[in-house]
Amino acid sequence: MKNLTNRSKIVSNKKMSFRERIYFPAILGGMRITFGHLFRRKTTVQYPEVTREFSDIYRGKHVLKRDDEGRERCTACGLCAVACPAEAITMVSAERKPGEEHLYREEKYAIVYEINMLRCIFCGDCEEACPKEAIFLTPEIVKSEYQRDRFIYGKDVLVEPADPAKRVDVSKRQTAKVLEFKKDKRYKHNK
Amino acid sequence: MITQIIYKALLASFILVLSLVVAMYSTLIERKVAGWFQDRHGPNRAGPWGLLQPLADGLKLFFKEEFMPASADKFLYILGPSLTMFVALLTSAAIPWGPDIVINGVVYPMQVADVNIGILYVFAILSIGVYGIMIGGWASNNKYALLGAVRASSQMISYELAMSLSIITIVMMSGSLSMREIVAQQHGFHWNILYQPLGFLIFLVCAFAETNRAPFDLPECETELVGGYHTEYSSMKLGFYLFAEYINMFISGAVMATLFLGGYHFPGIDKLGLSPNVFAFVSFMVLFTKITFFGFIYMWIRWTLPRFRYDQLMKLGWKSLIPLAILNVVITGVVILLNQ
Repeated sequence: MKNLTNRSKIVSNKKMSFRERIYFPAILGGMRITFGHLFRRKTTVQYPEVTREFSDIYRGKHVLKRDDEGRERCTACGLCAVACPAEAITMVSAERKPGEEHLYREEKYAIVYEINMLRCIFCGDCEEACPKEAIFLTPEIVKSEYQRDRFIYGKDVLVEPADPAKRVDVSKRQTAKVLEFKKDKRYKHNK
Repeated sequence: MITQIIYKALLASFILVLSLVVAMYSTLIERKVAGWFQDRHGPNRAGPWGLLQPLADGLKLFFKEEFMPASADKFLYILGPSLTMFVALLTSAAIPWGPDIVINGVVYPMQVADVNIGILYVFAILSIGVYGIMIGGWASNNKYALLGAVRASSQMISYELAMSLSIITIVMMSGSLSMREIVAQQHGFHWNILYQPLGFLIFLVCAFAETNRAPFDLPECETELVGGYHTEYSSMKLGFYLFAEYINMFISGAVMATLFLGGYHFPGIDKLGLSPNVFAFVSFMVLFTKITFFGFIYMWIRWTLPRFRYDQLMKLGWKSLIPLAILNVVITGVVILLNQ
């Protein structure tokens, strides 16, 4: 078999030489190596004070987007729930009443939208499946909790604030290339 | 007389507290050093630089559930850790911690008990130490604990031989069994390590085995024996076992410093011209530095070497260290005879 690296050593069961049998040279060699590590730069990231640099397109907690007028984009079609390999998404749809046009963009909307963050594997398939550009993954981290049921995130957590200043920026995940890809004829409904 | 007794009581309690505090902080330093060796920071969340970590650990041990196996021998089960702790704290009595202090013209020695057979006392206490582990492992009524205890006893008995043999050369050179006398003879830079390097090396290796530290930590060997002799222990009883190990490290460091590194002596000791009490303090700090150095070596070795296999351990003890120690005794004897 060809070696992948040239660091492999051929092991043999030959008798140890005197130098090897008295252990001390090897022990001192080992101690020299460990001592060298004493003053190395520490690799630890001191988490709450320092955060590791995240990728712009890190797949963390989800956000349910609003459109430019502040209306919820989600129309409760359920494609994200179907696409979800972990079956983490559930929703209940409802019909938009007259007078709610400023709240929901389409005639149908999700009255309940829940993602179980313990099931979610953060693959981003929901985002890819969404025909309405409504759900996106953000670089925000899902926080730890003491109770399991608190990991089921509802609309109160997921929907972004209506205030334009507090909107979640997803432009990094929605580049021109992505938009072009979504215009593929298989996504004709996406216009 | 009364003042002497009060002084002795004070000194004894000071050394007791010192050993306990040092052992407490050794646990933190051990973890810190382990971290640094592995390019980590080590505990640094409890207080500045993790200084409150030992307190937190102690508190945790106190509040943990006190579990006792139903089939355990109750009396022996409690006796085990108590004995280990007791014995670990006893040894420090014979160690001279510094030169005499003079207050109002009265001389107070910095040694709790100047036993004229100091070395014998230390070794006697050390050999009792194995009982704590043996009894604890036996009383737990658990096969892993028993295996650990059996390993511990045979290991400690085997290495005691080589250890004593390496000390005999020191006794031959100094002609005294008193720790105080041995330290006095190493005045300045006449340290025993310079005359007995082989003896020191043997003693050092045996000290690792006696304190059950890596690479000879087979009695607790978590990869084979779950937790070894303290498998069935929890709460502060476990704490006592773990704590005793660190006290043993501290005390064995003190013994090694006393016997081989000149105790509280340091080169240029005569040229300072300090008042006796300041001098005593400086000397004590010198001894303490030496002990700290040994403590660091213990940790350094622990995070460098893998554990020995049991047959390797026995082979090293019986076939290498004991013959070497005997050879060392013979050579020392010949040299002493020739110099007479």
